[in-house]
Amino acid sequence: MTAVLDVSAISKAYGSDRILSDLSFSVEPGEHLLLLGPSGSGKSTLINLVTGLLTPDSGEIRIGGEAMTGIDGAARDDLRRRRVGIIFQTLRLVSALSIRNNLRMAQQLGSGRTDDAAIDQLLDILGIAHRADAKPRQLSHGQAQRAAIARALVGRPDLMVADEPTSALDDANAQRIAQLLIDTARAQGTTLLIATHDQRLRQFIPRSLDLATMAEAA
Amino acid sequence: MLKLAFAYMNDRRLVTGLNILLLALAVATLVILLLASTQLADRIQRNAEGIDLVVGAKGSPLQLILSSIYHMDQPTGNVPLESVQMLRRDPAVRQVVPLALGDNFRGYRIVGSEPAYLGLYNAELAEGKIFGGQGEVVLGADAARNLGAGLGQKFIGSHGLSDSEGAGEHDSHPFETVGILKPTGTVIDRLILTSIESVWDVHGIAHEEEDAHDHDHDAHGHHPDHETEAAASRHAGLFPEVTALLVRYRSAAGAVRLPSMINRQTDMQAAVPAVETARLLNLLGVGIDGARLFAWLLAAVGGLSIFVTLLNAASAREADLALLRVMGASRARVFGTVMVEGLVTAGIGGLVGIALGHATLAGAMGSFAALGEIGLQPWQMHPGELVILAVVLLIGLLAALIPAIRVFRIDLAATLAKAG
Ligand SMILES: Nc1ncnc2c1ncn2[C@@H]1O[C@H](COP(=O)(O)OP(=O)(O)O)[C@@H](O)[C@H]1O
Ligand SMILES: [Mg+2]
Repeated sequence: MTAVLDVSAISKAYGSDRILSDLSFSVEPGEHLLLLGPSGSGKSTLINLVTGLLTPDSGEIRIGGEAMTGIDGAARDDLRRRRVGIIFQTLRLVSALSIRNNLRMAQQLGSGRTDDAAIDQLLDILGIAHRADAKPRQLSHGQAQRAAIARALVGRPDLMVADEPTSALDDANAQRIAQLLIDTARAQGTTLLIATHDQRLRQFIPRSLDLATMAEAA
Repeated sequence: MLKLAFAYMNDRRLVTGLNILLLALAVATLVILLLASTQLADRIQRNAEGIDLVVGAKGSPLQLILSSIYHMDQPTGNVPLESVQMLRRDPAVRQVVPLALGDNFRGYRIVGSEPAYLGLYNAELAEGKIFGGQGEVVLGADAARNLGAGLGQKFIGSHGLSDSEGAGEHDSHPFETVGILKPTGTVIDRLILTSIESVWDVHGIAHEEEDAHDHDHDAHGHHPDHETEAAASRHAGLFPEVTALLVRYRSAAGAVRLPSMINRQTDMQAAVPAVETARLLNLLGVGIDGARLFAWLLAAVGGLSIFVTLLNAASAREADLALLRVMGASRARVFGTVMVEGLVTAGIGGLVGIALGHATLAGAMGSFAALGEIGLQPWQMHPGELVILAVVLLIGLLAALIPAIRVFRIDLAATLAKAG
């Protein structure tokens, strides 16, 4: 079976500052991976490489068998649009649009179609159906992060990448978000790649990669 | 993408509204200037068309033209009735139409003349007949409509040329409406036309009775009365006079000889409408050019404001737009969103401005009698308005271009790092 994400021998340096060197790993369908490490260890850099926002100095990245490396920006945009959903720590939604319209926009951009039934279902699972017509700034942190999960998942991506999705949340909300991430990802058949320094997430995703030690733990 | 642009505009209603207002004010000013100047020039030229020369009492030639062709301002004085015959005898003259001015009814000027006056403006009767007998008047289309007068309507003229002068009414000589003219788009629409003799009668000026109503007077035994009245008025210097003569040449020779002859050898002056209107338009033009410059400056300020707003918004929204890119929006689409916002803001500003310009003009004509007298058509569109709209759209386009290009060049990883 084709790996959802296959990273082989990538290196990345900012000037002479070598952040990642010769890193390899892969994630199979139905599997999730936690990227751990303290602040500054290169988690966001790796996320940006995987999502094609940055290009590695060397090495290769494949998503569902399609190369993210060695192609131009527009092709990376296209691959990301078709296969990858992204959640950030604070940047979650388009500010001028309601939650529902954010999701519609995400669907429209991803597949060219909108599907209100799918949106309602997702909002329902995430417990924010009653806020569907609110603007992002009217939501609490936890609600906004749930809406962001909905936004990233609504296009049914093969791979969902999240950079510090729970770091800004309190324990209760972090628990809740993590559980929802796992549950909705499973329901949609999406693979999760989560970068975090938040050790609370270990209990949800057993497999992790610690960038600080560069050693893959079981 | 259009929806997104509207969502952003709606999200910042106040600023968007202010920008629209700023542009709308500029456009309204431009539209008012355009309408006023073109319609004015058009009317000025149309009203003077076919009149080669105006002869009247000495004074300002512009004043003579204004009072006898445009029926604005005061006449320069009167000239003796004999001057009509003198000019008509001249072989270079095709037509002489005398005018007797001095009265108004509710601000509409009563003009004593001959039926030929209607011919100068190709005016036709909508109903009734042409004035002939004592006190019979024909109303111009606007005058009839605004006075609410129909055939058979009687009224009493007031001395003076505008309503406000209120220098006494001529209640012993009522007028009767016998005809109403079709609209012509010229000054005649706003006039009350009657015979010269009727104007004289109203002012108690003796004159030799002619044609039909001569008998009328005889039958009623008025003649003796008139004799004494005539004698009295002659004594008081009230000779039959006319206010001005509208002259058309038979040949080009008239233009060479007549004006200088009249100006040098008589107590009258001859003014050439073409020369005076050109001077008038020149004077107007200078003022309008200045105002136009100001209005374009205002439009530029509006454009600059859109530019600043979009630039601000583009920086504030950088993270948003980066997110859109991450969600799969192409550079072109995000670029388009910003451009659409600039264009739509400018477009709405332009359209609102055009509507505002027309409405303001209409409102002003309703509240200022002097403006109403010029007879502008406030709702008439002018092709130049499309040019103004196009330029305003171009301003919006230019104002949006630099912010949009910034968005185009956005470094996703860096922006997201900042936001995250
Ligand atoms: N655009 C950049 N230019 C230079 N250095 C950078 C840039 N982005 C990140 N870095 C550096 O790379 C290192 C890894 O950063 P990052 O990937 O954000 O780590 P993490 O997400 O684990 O906190 C840090 O030392 C950071 O300062
Ligand atoms: Mg980070």
